[in-house]
Amino acid sequence: MNNDRIIGNSVPRKEGRDKVTGKSQYVDDMVLPNMLFGATVRSRIPRGRIRNITFGPGISWNEFAIVSAKDIPGKNCIALIGDDQPCLANGFVNHPEEPILLLAHPDRHLLPQAVEAVSIEYDPLPAIFTIEESERRAEIVWGEDNIFKTYLIEKGDVDGVWEQADCIVEGEYTTGAQEQLYIENNGMIAAFDATKGITVWGSLQCPYYIHKALMALCDLPAEKVRVVQMETGGAFGGKEEYPSMIAAHAALLAIKSGKPVKIIYDRMEDMVATTKRHPSRTRHRTGVSRDGKILGGEIDFTIDGGAYATLSSVVLSRGAIHAGGPYYWPNVRIRAKAVATNAPPHGAFRGFGAPQSLFAMERHMDRIAQTLGVSPVEIRRRNFLQPGQTTTTEQIVREPIDLGKLLDRALEVSNYQTKRQQFAKENHRGQTKKGMGIAAFLHGAGFTGSGERYLSSVVGVEGCADGSVRVLVSSTEFGQGTNTVLSQIAAEALGLPYESVSMAQPDTLQVPNSGPTVASRTVMVVGKLVQSAALGIKQTLISSNLLGEAYSAEEFRSACRNYIAKHGQFRSWSRYEAPSDIFWDDQKYRGEAYAAFAWAVYIAEVTVDLTTYSVSVDDFVALQEVGRVLHPLLARGQIIGGVAQGIGFSLYEKVVWQNGRMQNGQMTNYIMPTSADLPSIRVFFEELGNVYGAYGAKGIGELPMDGPAPAIVNAVEDALGIRFDSIPLLPEDIMDALVPSSPLSGVGSTGGDR
Amino acid sequence: MTDSCRGRAKSEISLVVNGALKTVNAYPMERLLDVLRHQLQLTGAKEGCGEGECGSCAVLMDGMLVNSCLVPVLQAQGSNLVTIEGVAAEGVPHALQQTFLECGGAQCGICTPGMILASAHLLNQKPEPTIDEIREGLSGNLCRCTGYAQIIEAVAEAARRRTTA
Repeated sequence: MNNDRIIGNSVPRKEGRDKVTGKSQYVDDMVLPNMLFGATVRSRIPRGRIRNITFGPGISWNEFAIVSAKDIPGKNCIALIGDDQPCLANGFVNHPEEPILLLAHPDRHLLPQAVEAVSIEYDPLPAIFTIEESERRAEIVWGEDNIFKTYLIEKGDVDGVWEQADCIVEGEYTTGAQEQLYIENNGMIAAFDATKGITVWGSLQCPYYIHKALMALCDLPAEKVRVVQMETGGAFGGKEEYPSMIAAHAALLAIKSGKPVKIIYDRMEDMVATTKRHPSRTRHRTGVSRDGKILGGEIDFTIDGGAYATLSSVVLSRGAIHAGGPYYWPNVRIRAKAVATNAPPHGAFRGFGAPQSLFAMERHMDRIAQTLGVSPVEIRRRNFLQPGQTTTTEQIVREPIDLGKLLDRALEVSNYQTKRQQFAKENHRGQTKKGMGIAAFLHGAGFTGSGERYLSSVVGVEGCADGSVRVLVSSTEFGQGTNTVLSQIAAEALGLPYESVSMAQPDTLQVPNSGPTVASRTVMVVGKLVQSAALGIKQTLISSNLLGEAYSAEEFRSACRNYIAKHGQFRSWSRYEAPSDIFWDDQKYRGEAYAAFAWAVYIAEVTVDLTTYSVSVDDFVALQEVGRVLHPLLARGQIIGGVAQGIGFSLYEKVVWQNGRMQNGQMTNYIMPTSADLPSIRVFFEELGNVYGAYGAKGIGELPMDGPAPAIVNAVEDALGIRFDSIPLLPEDIMDALVPSSPLSGVGSTGGDR
Repeated sequence: MTDSCRGRAKSEISLVVNGALKTVNAYPMERLLDVLRHQLQLTGAKEGCGEGECGSCAVLMDGMLVNSCLVPVLQAQGSNLVTIEGVAAEGVPHALQQTFLECGGAQCGICTPGMILASAHLLNQKPEPTIDEIREGLSGNLCRCTGYAQIIEAVAEAARRRTTA
């Protein structure tokens, strides 16, 4: 049977028709009988003791369900890695917008006034808002030292490098917070039944994270907690951990009121109260030889985790492991640290620490090139990791990757050399300056180190009574194409048409825990398990003599029906087993950090307008090696969408902070790129294949977030000859640099800003 | 929802939605978006921002593209509305629905209804738009997933099919 039309072909998106006709059911589209609407009363101060709570006049409080920390049946925490984040503040707040009380009422229009009418008196305590304030420990706001987590990655002998080096290059690079800005705001519905327990439906990435959190919070056994994912309108990491909080709140209100409760955040609540990308600071000190080889260096990578630990340790880990970029470091010492501040906890966002540390690495490569007087192309070429060499964690590069070849192709398709010469000639005249910038990088697919082994994901494939096949996973669709690609894999494995495979709705009563939908792991790790579970179905039918080795789709359907008639339910399971050649040392942070890396070279062409000081990206080349491309249309969509978010991260998206609270929590003043702002983003794939992933696939989702920021800022420096080492890079920053006495000078760098 | 819709009498408001005459009982200042979603069960229009920035709630009102979160329902009295549910003609998908599917114009799908209505509006105004005109025409509709390229290609392809059909 010829299945070439499934893998590698752009079959129709599984849930596409419902999306283009408006039929898809997102959580706010769902209504339950007698449903109440819930709202959250939040802290107005960054840190302090709650002295008194008063329910003000003019509100019929007896009509409201009201929940406080004392109503929590189990443990007052959102169980995740550590259990330090309370579900509701219990006498103490550690960040603005921290949840304190919950209200529910049948009329959603009454809730905003009721939230306003709750007045809370505090004894405020001093708070800290920046990495530097946290490091100075003027106030200890978390643990004993404000430090959530540190890592040390060491290879070779860094201390011996400084003497041999012809040149030592130092730099400090910072990145700002970034809002995920999925277009569907967060939302959850919860219903409680004394015998069945609690059920929640919502917009989410990780059903089993919520399942775990609700078990601890409600003190219920696993079978009495059910989590169902509704169609989810974008996530990008932003619906990895915070939905557990909203589900917890809806659940508490449902338990208290005895009625179903819906909580839907409006845009401002979603922006100011939920997670964002961790702000970061990276310091590089690198010893290089005159001929442009990296001899070794120290990298200090620090992220601001906000008020609670949540996922910061894991974000830090990925950022630290990616901090050396796609280069060979004979000697390196990477010190990584996540610190506490009194901002809402920062969290998962596509790239997960890597965009931060790679921005620094790729800016620093240009600085090294300038210091030595070699080109940005040559400095990269001379230091690229080669097969057989080891990464900073001493992982041997086993893939036959040729980064020099990727670079050559990217230079060619971007017309880099010709354009750069042309710009150098033309830039001295006129009010616009043009430049070209390169970023080379890598992104590890799947959980880090021993992570996949601990997850121990399980996937099911079911033969159904009508002879069709259903994939059972908790891996969620939120636009990336999970439903489509996992169906392709099952169809390919079984030799069936794509249309005969369907996806079960992620519902913890129905599907096993295939792990969270994060870390670019779905196609590579979960996909491989789907492939093997599907093969299990086929083997069972063959060994039961219901099916021959070669069969038609009709013969398969008939065999499936016969099997079920004889034996009942027909399911095949597959559990993750770590490949035997993968070794990771959690203590020394050494070994095979990832089963596979995706590799990329991105090139940006920009124009800086010296009248408005704005930067426009004129052309963008995104060239990557992601293993086999299973669905070209979806893969290209992932890359372009990720690059667009990366352009926003570089040039548009600034979170303005004051006392730990986001001041611009609206789409009118937090600016993401529109269709009129973006260049043509040209996507190219190299396909080497990968032994660990389904049909040779690697991860792809996060990769495109890593490269745009350094490529663009490198291009701006190429255009202007001025260094910028912080993003977002806004027109006022460029004006400040070019016109030091401008009236705007200093604006945007005051007080609580960062 | 503004406070001004409370404490005022509801009124009967008639409007034609997707070809059918509907009469609703609503506060005059209630948002058209809420009336569509809660009273008429037309949940295809989505709320993304509630302040007219994102375009997820876009519908056609007498042929004009409006953000239904900014339209008080009273203003829609007597008007002719088209929502995503009314775009397909008798079960046959609109050319844009088909090309959005084929070109990858829908990822998470939340902006898609508004994006398709904005695209339909654009093609009504300019049957053969240039790529720059499509970029400009859709710039009031935000999409966080796609980077817009595959949406733009879907609109260009729909235009091409209409003019060559």
